[in-house]
Amino acid sequence: MRTLLYRHALREAFDEELERDDNVVLMGEEVAQYNGAYKVTEGLWQKWGDKRIVDTPISEAGFIGMGIGASMLGVRPVMELMFWSFHSVAFDQLVNNAACMRYMSGGLANCPIVVRGPANGGTNVGATHTHTPEGLFAAFPGLKVVSPATPADAKGLMKSAIRDNDPVYVMENTLLYGMEGEVPDPADGDFVIPLGKAEVKKEGTDISLIAHGRSTLIALEAAEILAAEHGINAEVVDLRSIRPLDEETIMQSVRKTHRAVLVDESKPFCGVSAQITTMIQDQCFDDLDAPVKRVCTVDAPGIYAPALEVPHQLPTAKRVVEQVLSIR
Amino acid sequence: MEATTSQDYSQAPINQQLSAEDKINLYRSMARIRRFEQESLKRYQGGQMGGFLHLYIGQESVAVGTLSLCGPHDHAITAYRCHGHALASGMSMKECMAELYGRIDGCSRGKGGSMHFFAPDKNFWGGHGIVGGQTPLGLGLAYGVKYLGLEGACFCYLGDGAINQGAFHESLNIAELFDIPVIYVIENNGYSMGTSQVRSSAFKETLARRAEAYDMEWDVVNGEDIYEVRAKCHVALERAHKEKKPTLLELNTYRYYGHSVADANAKKYRSPEEVADYKKNHDPLNLWKTRLLAEGVLSEEIAKEINKEVRQEVLDAVAFAEASPTPGVETITEDVYWEVDNNTEAGNTGRHFFND
Repeated sequence: MRTLLYRHALREAFDEELERDDNVVLMGEEVAQYNGAYKVTEGLWQKWGDKRIVDTPISEAGFIGMGIGASMLGVRPVMELMFWSFHSVAFDQLVNNAACMRYMSGGLANCPIVVRGPANGGTNVGATHTHTPEGLFAAFPGLKVVSPATPADAKGLMKSAIRDNDPVYVMENTLLYGMEGEVPDPADGDFVIPLGKAEVKKEGTDISLIAHGRSTLIALEAAEILAAEHGINAEVVDLRSIRPLDEETIMQSVRKTHRAVLVDESKPFCGVSAQITTMIQDQCFDDLDAPVKRVCTVDAPGIYAPALEVPHQLPTAKRVVEQVLSIR
Repeated sequence: MEATTSQDYSQAPINQQLSAEDKINLYRSMARIRRFEQESLKRYQGGQMGGFLHLYIGQESVAVGTLSLCGPHDHAITAYRCHGHALASGMSMKECMAELYGRIDGCSRGKGGSMHFFAPDKNFWGGHGIVGGQTPLGLGLAYGVKYLGLEGACFCYLGDGAINQGAFHESLNIAELFDIPVIYVIENNGYSMGTSQVRSSAFKETLARRAEAYDMEWDVVNGEDIYEVRAKCHVALERAHKEKKPTLLELNTYRYYGHSVADANAKKYRSPEEVADYKKNHDPLNLWKTRLLAEGVLSEEIAKEINKEVRQEVLDAVAFAEASPTPGVETITEDVYWEVDNNTEAGNTGRHFFND
């Protein structure tokens, strides 16, 4: 199968959806003439022009609110936050207007928007630029949140997000933009991945490692170490979609392995993994042979120090292995 | 605040087009809002409603005058003091009153309440609770109209207290930068809740002048005079339709009641004389009635008949609201996701709700 970089898989998703639906419009800071701060939208402005690819001022509340308003009339804005960390300056628009519009109108209005951008730590840019708000936004009924770990998932989930008639927030990752992976050829048909479908990225029998986004790759790395050094056959479940959530795949895996470690770049307090842990204890209590464990980002604002951030604050394969061994 | 009409706008072309019937309908439209609000207050104080109640009494000419200009591709969105705009958009008193009662036949199925009336089929997009939060949405509605290639605009209303919100300034910048046919209407009733204009806003002469910072057209309007409201807002609407350009308008107006009915200090931050002066000399309903009587368009008998009809319409709306059932418990999780409500494949994939 052909391979694409994660950023190019996203670009291909935009290009195909721009072609499919005249109402799809990309907007954000530097997405057009600059080709995207992370080159995700490279070349699209040359191809699609000013109407479809819109450079906005640095004005997140303004342009995201504008996109929400336009979406009520059937426009389908795909709006880039250069970093998801910048959500805070548009928070009212993201949670009051996008999430609640349908509800407050008794179902008369809906907001088919996509808000997307990178949401990750690991690039030594300090606390304000390393927020991972997937759990935060998934906590608002009315919103959908996805977090793709691979180029194929990035493309397939993005296309579903754009076609979805509810607001979908796509959490990408700057550390993944340059990652290469197999993506089906458009010549072989329309490639979409439904929201709400997890994927078992590696089958196993002894323990379930449950993750999303780049943490999935950490879990896969840990699974290799566990197999090679400890004779433990771990299964890796990639949530892909946080809300809607594929609880069936999660519970099936836990019922099979009887143990679970959740790997989650969110902060531990009320993070995505906290929600899933409570669901596992609720639904799989009798299947569990050990307490559910978590590996999250160490509970402090994102640190700058390059010697500490990736090796010590973010989840690492080493910490995952340690947690697995603690409940083996 | 004290803007008075120094010019006669009755002969503006847009007003010359008004037939006698049109003029009477403007009166009726204002009378409907007045009476609806009076009855709402009574029922609210009678304990039939929850939450807040922000009354539009005193400001009727603003919603009625502006919305009387709208064509098929013109939209409206406002903040939480939304009953007047809702009724002027063509919503029925029944669906509005039932919403206040929190009943299933309310315009928002009892989910929005007083601050969140909606009628997208009438180009009315709410009803929004956060001060200034609707201003980017209004921008987006106008952007959407332009994107879809339609000749239309959006009237986006806000109070004088909202002009200091960041989202509003971001919206003004984008509106002018992108040539978006949005018309921001500051309904300046002099008070951001209990804080007077001079205590809340830094400004030179008028609030709308802030538009100059964005190189945007602006105007100040005596909001109590329907002729002036229509004449000046029509200029802005034409600018939006023909040039795709925004306008910032400041319509001076006044509310007789507190910020909301729960405003405990409503009688402390304004003198009784000030309120009495507005009721006596600046009441938009009385002014319009006097005007139409002078023009020979309206007679006391017709006015009386209209008020009788309106009173009956409100009583029918109350009866309708009281007869409407309380929403079922199962409706709590309806209207959250479009895909779930429409039973689509996407709506049936994965878990959407996380109840115990």
